[in-house]
Amino acid sequence: MITAMTFVIALYIFMLAAFTGYEVISRVPSILHTPLMSGSNFVHGIVVVGALGALFNASSVLEQVVGFLGVMLGAGNVVGGYVVTDRMLAMFKPSTKPAASASAPTQGAKS
Amino acid sequence: MILLAYIVALSGLVASGLLVYGLKRMSSPVTAVSGIVTAGWGMLFVVAASFLQIFSVSDAAQPHIVVNVILAVLALLIGGGWAGWKGRSVAMTAMPQMVALFNGMGGGAAAAVSVIALTGPKDTGVGQLLVTVAGGLIGSMSLSGSLIAWAKLDGRMNKPIRFGGQRIVNAAVFMLTILLGVMAVAQYHQPGGGLFALLFFIGALLCGICMTVPIGGADMPVVISLYNAFTGLAVGLEGYVMADPALMIAGMVVGSAGTLLTVMMAKGMNRSITNVLFSNFGEATKAAATGPQKEAKSVSPSDAATTMRYASTVIIVPGYGLAVAQAQGKLYEFVKLLQAAGVDVKFAIHPVAGRMPGHMNVLLAEAGVPYDMIYDMDDINDSFADTDVALVIGANDVVNPSARTDKSSPIYGMPILNADKARQVFVIKRGMGMGYSAVQNPLFFQDNCAMVFGDAQAVLSKMVEAVKGLSAS
Repeated sequence: MITAMTFVIALYIFMLAAFTGYEVISRVPSILHTPLMSGSNFVHGIVVVGALGALFNASSVLEQVVGFLGVMLGAGNVVGGYVVTDRMLAMFKPSTKPAASASAPTQGAKS
Repeated sequence: MILLAYIVALSGLVASGLLVYGLKRMSSPVTAVSGIVTAGWGMLFVVAASFLQIFSVSDAAQPHIVVNVILAVLALLIGGGWAGWKGRSVAMTAMPQMVALFNGMGGGAAAAVSVIALTGPKDTGVGQLLVTVAGGLIGSMSLSGSLIAWAKLDGRMNKPIRFGGQRIVNAAVFMLTILLGVMAVAQYHQPGGGLFALLFFIGALLCGICMTVPIGGADMPVVISLYNAFTGLAVGLEGYVMADPALMIAGMVVGSAGTLLTVMMAKGMNRSITNVLFSNFGEATKAAATGPQKEAKSVSPSDAATTMRYASTVIIVPGYGLAVAQAQGKLYEFVKLLQAAGVDVKFAIHPVAGRMPGHMNVLLAEAGVPYDMIYDMDDINDSFADTDVALVIGANDVVNPSARTDKSSPIYGMPILNADKARQVFVIKRGMGMGYSAVQNPLFFQDNCAMVFGDAQAVLSKMVEAVKGLSAS
């Protein structure tokens, strides 16, 4: 089914995508490292599409259960990644007033 | 039907374009906010379009399609709803562990796709199966490893777990897992193949756990970034198995971008990735911590504030303690008072201050501190010697001079902020506890250093009052 040509094309896609990712990140100020990690975390949430495809094509209970789990986890990745990135980046908007964080931190770690 | 297939395929093209473009925009402070929105539209589009696949499912799945769609919608609502609620409600200080958690979920989704491809009845070629196994291995490791990282950052798992021969055990588990994966591929057409697949996934999850438990909490940001790259790679590989170029592109872009980000973070701590993963950081510290100890001096917040009010230059070094105390707003209020009194105030950010690179920048941005007051380590380190006061808030290891001088120190060689070279150093800290790497800090015992004990929020409130009192009189 998979011919030699499609395999080679897949390798091309991987190679070009890898260069793209490298270029996108290489000149980033350290101020954006955290939001970018979170942003790229959101981007790989596209795995939910693969999980959806697998679930739609499920024909046994095992596939349905695993597919359900996959879609659920993938959706969590997408929505969580978006919300967290959005919250981080919202702080870079100069116009918005700093939100008072009422939530008390629970962690007693020190740096 | 052909039209539908085109729409689904082209939606992937549009989405991967928008995702990569959004990521590119996120890499500049000016366009960052619009970048995530761009990427968000791309994601929404491709998820919606993927529902068109329900008209072209395989014959075997045809009778189950209604149930499958209901399950899909339910799963999207449950997963998305929970993550959305959690992501919105969690405190800013808990962001790093949230990234770890959501990243682990992505790894789990990739592993789930791999499970279905590996156990399904479809007639899949050996090459594809091997890619499936590779993606499943990486995705599962990312899932379990990220969960351990989350537990460590969330304070649910405080001590690194280490034992003799750990590396040998880990290597053995890893080799065994790969063997099981190969067996699962070889036995794919046999009835017993499913058992190998099951054992393989258990082994892969175990690999992620084994790899992460010995690593100390201070290194978790690097580890999370690494698992982020892992998940990207796993998604890319599963994209190949599903013949979906959008997954391949988005996954591989994250895989390479995440790897580069990991390298940059590790460099900030002057360590290589292999060093982070295999060095058992912090093991030798107990011996190094003992030695002749002087008494650290301590001053009241108002005394320290008065000194700064009449200084001409002040450099502030924020650390994780500032984030814990949520004192960034108070800090900026204090800084504005100093500026009003004619003091030149700057912020110095160490690349790994806090729990993630950029953590402190995000925190200061939240308080409204302008970018031009914030300096990276390389830009400001030479200025400390000409500075009247260095104010260290809740930071420890990033200003530890033994990283420069003490070869026996586990953090030896890590680039640090030269706060100790300022004429006067004030350190706001809750107590004499050690930093995350559990190394004693000789800075606190230096003659030009005084401790201001207390919670950063409380101390800064007193400092603000003290400076206000001075201006009033």
